[in-house]
Formats: sequence, structure tokens, C-alpha cells
Amino acid sequence: MPEGLFGLNPWLDGLIRLLMIVGLMTITAMGLIYIERKVLGRFHARVGPQRTGPFGLLQSLADALKLIGKEDLRPRNADPWTFEFGPYMVFVPIFLGFVVQPFMAGFSVRVLDLGIMYFVAVSSLSIIGWVMAGWGSDNRYAMIGGMRAAAQAISYELPFVLSLLSVSMLTGTLNINEIVLSQWQVPNIVWQPLAFLIFFIAALAELNRPPFDIPIGESEVVGGPFVEYSGIRWSMFFLGEYASLFIMSVLISALFLGGYEWPFGTQLGIGFQFLLTVVKAAMIIFLIIWVRASVPRLRIDQLMGYAWKILLPLSLLQVLVNGFVLVYDLPRIVLTIAGIGGVILLVSLTERAIRLPRVTHQSSLVTQSEAAS
Amino acid sequence: MVTESASEFETQDLLLNVGPQHPSTHGVFRMVMQVDGEVVREVIPYIGYLHRGAEKLCETMDYRQGIGFMDRTEYLAAMNAELSYVMAVETLAELEVPERAQWIRMILVELNRLASHLMFMGAFGVDVGVFGTPFIYAWREREAVIDLFEEISGDRMMYAYLRPGGLAWDVPTNFVPRVREVLTAVRQGIADFDGLLTKNEIFIARTKGVGVISAADAIDFGMSGPSIRASGVPLDVRREEPYLKYNDINWNVITRTEGDVYARYLCRLDEMRESVKIVEQCLERLQPGAIMPEKMPRMLRTPPGEIYVRTEAPRGEFGVYLVSKGGNRPHRLKVRSACLSNLQALRHMTIGSYVADALIVLGSIDIVLSEVDR
Repeated sequence: MPEGLFGLNPWLDGLIRLLMIVGLMTITAMGLIYIERKVLGRFHARVGPQRTGPFGLLQSLADALKLIGKEDLRPRNADPWTFEFGPYMVFVPIFLGFVVQPFMAGFSVRVLDLGIMYFVAVSSLSIIGWVMAGWGSDNRYAMIGGMRAAAQAISYELPFVLSLLSVSMLTGTLNINEIVLSQWQVPNIVWQPLAFLIFFIAALAELNRPPFDIPIGESEVVGGPFVEYSGIRWSMFFLGEYASLFIMSVLISALFLGGYEWPFGTQLGIGFQFLLTVVKAAMIIFLIIWVRASVPRLRIDQLMGYAWKILLPLSLLQVLVNGFVLVYDLPRIVLTIAGIGGVILLVSLTERAIRLPRVTHQSSLVTQSEAAS
Repeated sequence: MVTESASEFETQDLLLNVGPQHPSTHGVFRMVMQVDGEVVREVIPYIGYLHRGAEKLCETMDYRQGIGFMDRTEYLAAMNAELSYVMAVETLAELEVPERAQWIRMILVELNRLASHLMFMGAFGVDVGVFGTPFIYAWREREAVIDLFEEISGDRMMYAYLRPGGLAWDVPTNFVPRVREVLTAVRQGIADFDGLLTKNEIFIARTKGVGVISAADAIDFGMSGPSIRASGVPLDVRREEPYLKYNDINWNVITRTEGDVYARYLCRLDEMRESVKIVEQCLERLQPGAIMPEKMPRMLRTPPGEIYVRTEAPRGEFGVYLVSKGGNRPHRLKVRSACLSNLQALRHMTIGSYVADALIVLGSIDIVLSEVDR
């Protein structure tokens, strides 16, 4: 759309788009914080926020005001530049990822032909901010958290990208809008169940959501890279976390669940399309919150092992199968069958990995009974 | 303390201070971990942040006032702590406890065991990283028990309800139906935990084979309670030296052989089922009657002598060593704390494991810092 979204001059148009991103994402993230608290409350057999405004709707606003009013502390020994720029390095790439999100037909902020590639490139940048925050805080918990975040991001980036690749192989494009439009009959999840599952798991890891919340593990490293932050800088991390949760859910619904296209087509009007996207994203978000309320945290070695030994080979296999089907022009039902087989394989491999006898760590201490024998 | 290890690159181990203010140390426990990346090389525990000199204070007060200090020594299982203390005083003063008081004591002690184990389940769920769900489930069921205790004794945690010789006053008239209600709630809670954690794949992956301690080592460290029974040692004071009416009813000592964190968790879960069984049998045997001996002196005095009485508290053997030189107050009071002995094994169980595992091992031995430090 070179002549501008609203038919204005390109500079004004650009400004409006920027304001759209920042305003919309901030409101969405605040809404999501409220929703997460309310839904988690229900899972916990309690009611969640209810005192601020009707049904506690103003809770996020109250939190935001409180955080703005707080002092922005910086530890004396912290590295000023890395410490203060860390939050922005987390925040900005996440918002940049919003640019290619398809909400309605031809109505995303920018329709890029290399949309998926752009998204992958931009979204993986935010990990630099995590490492900066971890390193710059001069806190050992923060540093361990930052290192964990880096290790986790590197491991899960590969299955994440490979499952994206298998979708774009199938549709023959990297443009997210075209991928959505290509699902007008059948959503991609039918052809690529394995890629969907891998993408969902990898997205949980990318978002640092449970069971992959190892970098911020509250009971181990007490918030990880965020431990020294307060006030507005801390709220940037928080906002970024929920913004990326929203972006990732929209992406999953666009790539695998047919986005605004399936099952009603585009003729229903822009408002309805937007609603469809939001409903699908909301389902994914609910699923992610559900996972958070019910599973424990993995350990760092289990997390890495799972990515490298199970998810990566299987996502490579998925790419290979897709290649075969496309080159030899086999019917697409082969993909579904292979995908379901792959899902079964993934589940059974995960089961086996749990049942394997674990190496127990031998203590180096000599106790009395050992010394006596 | 920073040591250099010989490798291709020059590396230094990191000293990581955990506690006294940390979400996973269950109070004001502090340990300094020397970590090589994510692997723990050395653990140095520090205790004493909650030392209040309760034992010494007991020497300045008469026997009835000492009960309050026992509540505060083991605040998650106050009834069990009180029981050890009053039994020590009773044995020294040669008081005969009436039947009814004994049955009620048994019910209360087992209910307190349930409350304490529920507390463990919740805190342990948070330790392994479930966001709050098991904690609030446990809290909900524990609340039922605590409410009952409040109706009986007037306080939610510091009951001061047992007295040398019997009970402070009789239980309310609706005691039996109320206990049955509580048992129903707790049974539901146990089933919830079974569904939420026991079969959870990630929970199993995190806890199985972690923090293993062999039976011989556990005996060497003087562990007791569920922590040693999970290693396959059937040590239970209720069976070894039966007190109250434990011999008259039908119950089992729960043991596991693995000795890991998962076994300790399962041990406590099964023990809760066993406690429900015990309370049910006690309710059937409960008869009306007196709750204090007929000839109770106005001022309780003990003849000179010394005594060690131990009972099975939720965390293990809770012993009270009492020396009397006559008069109405103890000459010396020493509490044998199960948590302190169990905590000794922490270093043995955690060295060589991951940082995340070290914290769930600490969670699995279920310490109460006020009992460790006293």
C-alpha cells in the first residue's frame, strides 16, 4: 500500500500507524493482564481482582499508575547503560513484531512479502534485552536468569523456525496474509498437526511461559533478570511479556487456525474478520493460561534436552515429509496421516524420556556408613 | 571460597546466597551455594535467624505456661509439639490421663498432621513451579482443619489446648459431626492432589531420582519421619514406642524404598490417607467421660528427675527432654527437633545436583525454621 493507509501523506500515515501499534498494544497488554489474573483466579478456586472498578476491570490501570509512581531504582554497581537499555531492548522488538500481524484482510500495519522472516528476525532480538538486563543488574540471580534465557532462546528458536518453515513450504509463501488466505477451505492444522504442536511448545518457550519459565523461575532465581528492576522499567518487561503473548497467539491463529479467513471467508466484512482473529487468539491465550495453572517448571537440562533431542529432529522430519509430498505431488491426506503419526511419536517419545532411568547425582561426601564399609 | 577448576578455559565457581529472604527457603533459612554453571558444588547452610531461646524461657515459667512456647516452636503442628511436652510433664508428675482425653488428643494430633502435610503439599507445589494452584488447593483443605481447631481451642495456630493431665476444656457438643465434615474435605483434597501432581509427567520428571538418600545414610544423619520412611526405614514412634491409644487401633506405617523427592512426596500423601483412617477409628471409640484427672493439684509440681519423651510429629520425632529438681518449673528443657536432624542431610543430598533440584530437595524435607532454631 504505497499511497498510505488513510490516503494521507506518507509521513502522517507512518505516524498514525506507529500510534496504532503503541496504543493498541498497550491496551491489549493491560487487558491481558486483567484476563490472566481473573482466569488464573478461577483455576485457583478464588475470584481474582474485584475491588477496582466493575468486576475489577480497572485493576491493570491501577497497577500501571502505581508502577509509574514508583521510584526507578538502579543498583550502585549496575552497569548503567546495559541496565537502563535492557527493558527497551525487550520492549521494542516485541512491538516491531506487531507490524506484520494479520488482523483483517489487507489491513495489517504493513503487508510484507517476507513477513515470517521479518517476524522471526525481530522477535528473536528481544533476548538481547534479557541478557543485558541479567548482566547489567550486577546480581547473581539476574545473571543466572539471563544466561538461562539465552540458552533457552537459542534452543527453541530452531524448532520454532522449522515449524514455521514447514507451513510456508506448504503454502509456498512467506507472506503471512497470503498464508491466511490460502486456508480458505481447510486450516493448516489439519495438514500440519505435528508442526502445530511443536510450534505451540516452542512458542511457550519463546514466551518464557510455564513450564518453560526457567529464566524467571520465581522459586529458584526469584524473577531472574527482572529482580533488580522497579517502577516503570519493570512494567516495560511486564508489558512486553503480555504483548508478545498476544502477538504469538495471533500468529498461531493466523498460521494454523486459518486466521480471519477460515471458516467464513472474507466477504463478511472487516469487523467480523477482526472478531474472528481475536476469538481464535483468545482461545490460544486461554490454553496458555490453563497450562500455566497446571504444570510444574522443567529443569534447565530437561528443557534443553527436550528441544535438541526430541523437538528438533521431529521438526526436521516434518520439513522432510513436506518436501517429499511437494516434490512427488502426493495427495495432501498423506501430510495429515504423517502429521498424526508424528504427534503420536512426539507424545510417546516424551513419555519415554520421562520413564528413562535418570542419572542420580552422586554426592561427593563420605558418610559414616560408607567410611565404615 | 571461590575456587578455580582445571579446564580448558579458566573458570570460577559462583557463590550464590540463597536466603534468609527467598521464596523457597520456607522461612529464614539461609544457604550459600557454590555453583558451577547450574551445578551445585558446595552447600553451606546457616541457621539461627529465628532463635528465640524458647527452651531457656520455659525454665523461667511454670509447666502450664510452657505449653505456649511449644506451640510457637512447631507452629505448623502445634498439637503434636504440645503433646510431647505435656506427656513429659505427666510422666514426671505421674498423672493419669482419662480415656476420653486420650482419644481426643489422638484425633487432634492426627488432624494436625493432616493440616501440616497439606501445608507441605502446597508449598512443595510452589517449589516445583506450579503457579499457585496446589498452594491454594492445600490452603482450602487446611482451612477446614484450622477452622475446627479454632472452634475447639479459640485460636487458629497457637492452640495451648492440651494440659498436663488432660485437656483445657471439653470439646464442643458437635465435635464428632464437625470432624467428619473436615475428613470429607480432606479426602477431597487428597484426591485433588493425586490428580494435580502425582501423575503429572513434568512433576515426575522433576522429582524422581532427585535428592536420593540411602537408608544407611538416612540413619547416620539421624533423620526421622516421612523423610526416613521414604528411604525404606520403617521408623515410626507411634509403632516403636506406642503412646496414647495407637496400639488399640488398626493402621499401617507407610514406607517407600526409593529415597528420592518423589518418594517423600508419596509417603506424605499416603500418610494423610492413613491419618484419615486413624481419626475415623478414634471417632468410633470416643466415649463421654472426664477430661482431667480427679485429683488434680492446684499448683502442678514435679518430683526431681529427668525424662525424655518422644512422639511422632508430622516432620518426624519430636522429643522433649525434661529435667526437674522439684518445684513447679523445669530445671532444663531440651527439644529434640526432627527438622534440625533432617536438615543435616541437605548437603549430602544436594551436592552435585542442579540449583533447581537443590531447592526442591530442601522443600521435600519440609522444614519449619522455628523448630530448627527454637
